[in-house]
Amino acid sequence: MLSFIAKRLAKAVVVLLAIVVFNFMLIRMAPGDPAMVMAGEAGASDQIFVTQLREKFGLDQPLPVQLYRYVKGIATLDLGFSFRQQMPVAKLIAERLPATLLLTGTAFVISLLLGVLFGTLAARFAGTWADTAITILALIFYATPLFWVALMAILLFSVSMDWLPSFGYETVGANYTGFAHVLDVGAHLILPATTMGLFFMATYARMTRASMLEVKRHDFVKTARAKGLRDAVIQRRHVLRNALLPVVTLAGLQAGTLVGGAVLTETVFAWPGIGRLMYEALLQRDYNLLLGVFVVCSAMVLAFNLITDLIYRAVDPRIEFAS
Amino acid sequence: MSKRVVLSLLVASALSTAAFAEEPKSGGVINAVIQPEPPGLMVGLVQNGPTQMVAGNIYEGLLRYSPKLEPLPGLAESWSVSEDGKIYTFKLRKGVTWHDNKPFTSADVAFSIDFLKQTHPRARGNLAQLDKVETPDDYTVVFTLKQPFGPFLGIFEVGSLPMLPKHIYEGTDYKTNPANNTPVGTGPFMFKEWQKGSFIRLVKNPNYYIKGLPHLDEIYWHVIPDAAARAVAFETGKVDVLPGGSVENFDVPRLTKLKNVCVTGAGWEFFSPHSWLWLNNRSGPTANKKFRQALMYAIDRNFAKDVIWNGLAKVATGPSASTIKYYTDKVTTYDYDPAKAKALLKEAGYKGEKVRLLPLPYGETWQRWAEAVKQNLQDVGINVEMIATDVPGWNQKVSDWDYDIAFTYLYQYGDPALGVGRNYISSQISKGSPFNNVEGYSNPEIDQLFADGATAFPDSKRDEIYLKAQKILTDDVPVAWQLELQFPTITRCNVKNLVTTAIGVNDGFRDAWLDK
Repeated sequence: MLSFIAKRLAKAVVVLLAIVVFNFMLIRMAPGDPAMVMAGEAGASDQIFVTQLREKFGLDQPLPVQLYRYVKGIATLDLGFSFRQQMPVAKLIAERLPATLLLTGTAFVISLLLGVLFGTLAARFAGTWADTAITILALIFYATPLFWVALMAILLFSVSMDWLPSFGYETVGANYTGFAHVLDVGAHLILPATTMGLFFMATYARMTRASMLEVKRHDFVKTARAKGLRDAVIQRRHVLRNALLPVVTLAGLQAGTLVGGAVLTETVFAWPGIGRLMYEALLQRDYNLLLGVFVVCSAMVLAFNLITDLIYRAVDPRIEFAS
Repeated sequence: MSKRVVLSLLVASALSTAAFAEEPKSGGVINAVIQPEPPGLMVGLVQNGPTQMVAGNIYEGLLRYSPKLEPLPGLAESWSVSEDGKIYTFKLRKGVTWHDNKPFTSADVAFSIDFLKQTHPRARGNLAQLDKVETPDDYTVVFTLKQPFGPFLGIFEVGSLPMLPKHIYEGTDYKTNPANNTPVGTGPFMFKEWQKGSFIRLVKNPNYYIKGLPHLDEIYWHVIPDAAARAVAFETGKVDVLPGGSVENFDVPRLTKLKNVCVTGAGWEFFSPHSWLWLNNRSGPTANKKFRQALMYAIDRNFAKDVIWNGLAKVATGPSASTIKYYTDKVTTYDYDPAKAKALLKEAGYKGEKVRLLPLPYGETWQRWAEAVKQNLQDVGINVEMIATDVPGWNQKVSDWDYDIAFTYLYQYGDPALGVGRNYISSQISKGSPFNNVEGYSNPEIDQLFADGATAFPDSKRDEIYLKAQKILTDDVPVAWQLELQFPTITRCNVKNLVTTAIGVNDGFRDAWLDK
């Protein structure tokens, strides 16, 4: 197993390097650069100003030199300096990471638990009104644009009912501490996490339902039934367990993207996370910040792919590690 | 030397007194919206809109300006101009301290001028006629100009020429000075906290040099990236102030109808946001004057004003906004007349060549406006292709002159020499900036008029010069002027005295108070 992990890690480094180089070139193909954006925002600019900015950011250097410097920095875990935010990229990402992990992690847990639960119920009661209701709801949540759900949720729960806050991570200026702070953050978390979770819940529910119906047709389920096992045991031990593999795959892929945050959800709810940081960096052509977020996200995707492979082994002992 | 006092402190005090009709109350916290999040708050280094809006509370300029653009005392309590218009003497307020309690003196003024000439592109242009700065004592500053510069008294507001602390920046690398993250000014509010992505917190300066000011204890600037979410934050009472431009234009009528909500269009007199279409004068159909005139007749600007901007605008008559000095409407005017537009297109020999239209990527209102203009142009037979960009892409295309027609709006800074001439004189034709003579219009007569207008003294001579320039430009139509924009500031009605000067919210919340 250790040799498997070591080999996967070595491959991951190569993939990460390729991602860095590819993204570095890709971003620079977009029109405009950070100097031009900052000059544009200044309300007035001249060639001296733009030149000063390009020199300051090292953008006056040839592209291969810029790439070499960036990769060299990455090799020493230096993600560079944000042109616009005037702060080290690593610090910016570290500042935003907790908020993102809280939001995406909560959404992940909600969606996974409820998705598997509803998917199981739909499969168990396939063809009944319960199955139809769950399938239709899942389809609606899957097909409705996230930003629309977010805005409707705000209109209903914040504007009309005044139950939940509409933006932010906490009540600014309230200075809550201890449990009161936890409750305050929790209240702010409900709308964005639920909005985001609904979409993924729908995918898990659909996936679980389809997978369970597929597994149900297999001979070993018939055998288990012939042995006289109770239905609940068959569903839990034989059907669900075998049906979970594609769900684990999907969850692994989603978990890898957790760090990347949720651009739409974070923007609509003014949640101070990585997704928003990445979106703003893109609009401002803040190359280092954007690349920094990409690097961290890519590393997380690779890490979660590895973890997913390990979980496969735990879920299905028949799977062996390739030597 | 014989001197002429331009404006006395007495007049200024009278103006200020008029603004304080109600008895202000002390204390309270204001929650306002800021968007986008500023990259920094050190206004000497960063000049974008959000930075100026927040930093206007922390830093100050030597002068402030009334809505009629008359200078008011700021850090300077009085000023005078020599008879030849070349020497300006400012007397500074005594007892002013920086937020770290060091005294503010004339040395800080001289240092700030030197600093800003290096880092502030607009200040660099405004100070081009400055020969030297002398500081005969701690509270006197003498500016000597190479030649008279008409708008000189108009360049001292906090965003154009902020005063910066010499004791913190002298001998350091300005751009990397750690103090940039904890800005120190002389203003009524002090920087306290910035949670990136969430809020910026300012607190009352207890040592502010005007007794009794500021009234508020704290200001929170909330960073809310989505326009609809900003509107909801106001609607649900979580924020009290939506500075101009914070919400989409189509949300303004709805929000202003809410209970206990007040709105003002004041506070933009200095900036006077003026919108137009850049028309590439170099090549293609837009190089033809008759084609450009046809565009003016083809576009229904009243429709844009009433429908797209919900009436929050005024149809522009020419290169100057009606709110700035030396404006005239005695120029060639262009009413919506598609028949006339078609006739001019025929005269121009237009054969249906494709014309690229670049909308301004500043949100939904601008997108809708571009679609309306596209429809107008197609109605008279112009073949329009809309090119979608994001902000950096728009900057790049306009700065590289890679467009035929492009939406824009620019500030006019109160005077044609500061904010109008730059878009029409040929010395301002240079790639790399979306703010200069982007259209490539070149007319020696206009060059001369703007050169004369900037240096003419006294003021009465400038009036005649700019009148002539406006007449020539409206006939030539180097760009297609659209609307004088209004960005209303929306507040709860218990927020009093927020907008008192020509730069509105950008001048800080010094005089604002909460009627609890």
